[in-house]
Amino acid sequence: MTTHSDEHYYVPHGSHWPAVGSLGLLFLMVGVSSWLNGAGAGFYIMLTGLAIIIFMVTGWFGAVIGESQGGLYNAQVDASFRQGMFWFIFSEVMFFAAFFGALFYARNMAIPWLGGESNNFFTNLLLWEGFESTWPTNGPGNIGGDYEVMPPLGLPLINTALLLTSSITVTIAHHALIAGRRTQLSIFLAATFLLGFVFVYLQGVEYVHAYQDLNLTLSSGIYGSTFFMLTGFHGMHVTIGAIMLTIIFFRVIKGHFTPDKHFAFEAVAWYWHFVDVVWIGLYVFVYWM
Amino acid sequence: MTATTVDTHAADHDDHDHGPTKGIGRWLFSTNHKDIGTMYLVFSLLMFFIGGSMAMVIRSELAIPGLQFVHPEFFNSMTTMHALIMVFGAVMPAFVGLANWMIPLMIGAPDMALPRMNNWSFWILPIAFGILLSTLFMPGGAPAGGWTMYPPLILQTGDAFPFLIFSVHLMGLSSIMGAINVIVTIINMRAPDMTLLKMPMFVWTWLITAYLLIAVMPVLAGAVTMLLTDQFFGTSFFLAAGGGDPVMFQHIFWFFGHPEVYIMILPAFGVVSEIIPTFARKKLFGHDSMVYAASCIAFLSFIVWAHHMFTVGMPLTGQLFFMFATMLIAVPTGVKIFNWVATMWRGSMTFETPMLFSLAFVFLFTIGGFSGLMLAIQPADVQYHDTYFVVAHFHYVLVPGSVFAIMAGAYYWLPKWTGHMYNETLGKLHFWMSTIFVNLTFFPQHFLGLAGMPRRIPDYSVQFADFNLVSSVGAIGFGLSQLIFVAVLLTAKKGAKATDRVWEGSHGLEWTVPSPAPWHTFTTPPKARIANESFE
Ligand code: HEM
Ligand SMILES: [Cu+2]
Repeated sequence: MTTHSDEHYYVPHGSHWPAVGSLGLLFLMVGVSSWLNGAGAGFYIMLTGLAIIIFMVTGWFGAVIGESQGGLYNAQVDASFRQGMFWFIFSEVMFFAAFFGALFYARNMAIPWLGGESNNFFTNLLLWEGFESTWPTNGPGNIGGDYEVMPPLGLPLINTALLLTSSITVTIAHHALIAGRRTQLSIFLAATFLLGFVFVYLQGVEYVHAYQDLNLTLSSGIYGSTFFMLTGFHGMHVTIGAIMLTIIFFRVIKGHFTPDKHFAFEAVAWYWHFVDVVWIGLYVFVYWM
Repeated sequence: MTATTVDTHAADHDDHDHGPTKGIGRWLFSTNHKDIGTMYLVFSLLMFFIGGSMAMVIRSELAIPGLQFVHPEFFNSMTTMHALIMVFGAVMPAFVGLANWMIPLMIGAPDMALPRMNNWSFWILPIAFGILLSTLFMPGGAPAGGWTMYPPLILQTGDAFPFLIFSVHLMGLSSIMGAINVIVTIINMRAPDMTLLKMPMFVWTWLITAYLLIAVMPVLAGAVTMLLTDQFFGTSFFLAAGGGDPVMFQHIFWFFGHPEVYIMILPAFGVVSEIIPTFARKKLFGHDSMVYAASCIAFLSFIVWAHHMFTVGMPLTGQLFFMFATMLIAVPTGVKIFNWVATMWRGSMTFETPMLFSLAFVFLFTIGGFSGLMLAIQPADVQYHDTYFVVAHFHYVLVPGSVFAIMAGAYYWLPKWTGHMYNETLGKLHFWMSTIFVNLTFFPQHFLGLAGMPRRIPDYSVQFADFNLVSSVGAIGFGLSQLIFVAVLLTAKKGAKATDRVWEGSHGLEWTVPSPAPWHTFTTPPKARIANESFE
């Protein structure tokens, strides 16, 4: 696995971007927290933090892209980036795992127990008499009031098709890049991020529908909680992925990337596939089953 | 990986020829693993003293029955903050600091693989702990629901609540980035002829630790995010009326929490496995079996979490599964302890400070392991749970365990860092005082727990008075003893010049570079004289 340039190692020079990032995080976290506590100024502190972070991300990535284009990076640096990206995606997988875990636990343990299963006869009788275990549910307290379930057909199915297609288009784009077919590359890359943005738009339409017509909200008990948190975090990741694809697209237009050196492209493509796989899990366990 | 050879000529000299920049920029913008390692270590020492002061408050209050110094609410804040600061601010960053300093030296790499991210991992920490500590001054006080943050209790925190949640997020972010860096460095930057199984044990244990970190820190982030949305956005994850379950939080938390305790001990195993061979002047006994044992421990740590929840209600099969799985961990742990002892067997041992701390580690960590086994027995744990017996258990594994290993590592590598021998007399004094007082503090807590004294309560029945006083005296003594370590650090550059090898029995790449290690080491891949070869 170890990759070497035979002569020297490469160590980047110092950078002020991490410090800027920390400053941004400070503003962001303090801002959100005070805002949640009801301090109006918190909102603006949060926005400031967000602005600093966006500034940091563009600056940091800009610097790295510049260095990469300047030919500073050898094969070992490339390998480090790749492995770093892999482990980053793994950490994201585990983040989603926590929420999937909550979904499975609620469905297979918490709700049946509230309904009296296992040795919980008296829990049910004394605390939640008459509650029968079903899925979906907003719990024995009917938290959030009556609601309707989001059906798996319709928008979610269309969205599934969109994302699956986009995974194919990004693969075609990758092959085009390797084969040096730049026009095909740009077209399929553009198709990919457009599909991504359409997905996000339709997800928005679905949310509006849920809130306005179905009374299905974040507060609709455990069903609403898991539904919106899982699809919400996923949607956030699709948005970030689509933005990254867009940036890659403009880099392609500017002539970046060669058939054998295009780490950034691959990293974003991996990320995109990851988002896709999460969606399949979502579609099966949140919408369908 | 791609086989492309790019002309790297311009790149090579990007940062190699000049030394550190002057002023604050050297630290704030650093991409140097040694500087970043130093910052981690200093930060962790600072947190050790802040968290330690909180422990002094706790033990002063508990010295005699009745309420004397602090309000019960503040007492609860102290236990909560003490734990959070010690776990995330002292022990974990100390090991990351050691990793930063030593892993590149041990594997012959010029630096960490992703040096700028390395800088960011560190500089998130002061932000995270600045936020956490600021909660002490907020309306409603600092978080007081325990470091485990169980709902619904934790949801009663005052203004501190969102600050707590986000500071935990930041700690997680820092740990994940640090862990990614460690893995990539180890996999990608090793000297050409250093195969995986030739890696020093410290490197191996950190590789496994980093994997655990990436696997479980995001889960903690998920858990606290659910707390946040339950509190502010109306979700029902931990609300039975909405179909959720407060016990679910405990499952998610401990899925993180148990691997977390191994995150705090595996690098300690690594440090001790470096030190004992040096001072026994023998090769580490069973190097490969140590690797397999550590991997087994890491795997098992994912399937034992509910041993922290034996009393909350769980199906019988669950109780049995988690009980037996937990006991299984004793097997690989036993392998490790056996190997350390076998390494010393008929070695020509000397007892410098690092060795003393390591020996105490082997002995006292084992006591903690045994009390862990007792706790693992579900029917017995119904009695022990939430008593001082648990407090005694985890302090034995964490203080004479993790903290002693950190101290051992610091003494062992200080000469490599500073270029001078530390003051051995002070070091030995530090060791003996620490060892006596740590036992005085925590051993009586076993008896208190077995007699039924509950943890996290500021007052107690008079029958517990004597042992509590002993424990408090021990704690104050232990706290004061740590000031000796500060004296050691302040005089660290006053001692004799250190040789490159520093210790007669030292082995491995880190001892081939000068002492102090120059700001840049291994700008070209070394022809590795691999660890342990000097004994063959
Ligand atoms: C032989 C290995 C070990 C076993 C069998 C074991 C078992 C246990 C059990 C069953 C508990 C729960 C007790 C209760 O709450 O009733 C516990 C608690 C704990 N253990 Fe261990 N343990 C082991 C090693 C370790 C290590 C190596 C560490 C850390 C370095 C550690 C840190 C802790 C902590 C911090 C707690 C208490 C958490 C809390 O409730 O705040 N343990 N251990
Ligand atoms: Cu545990």
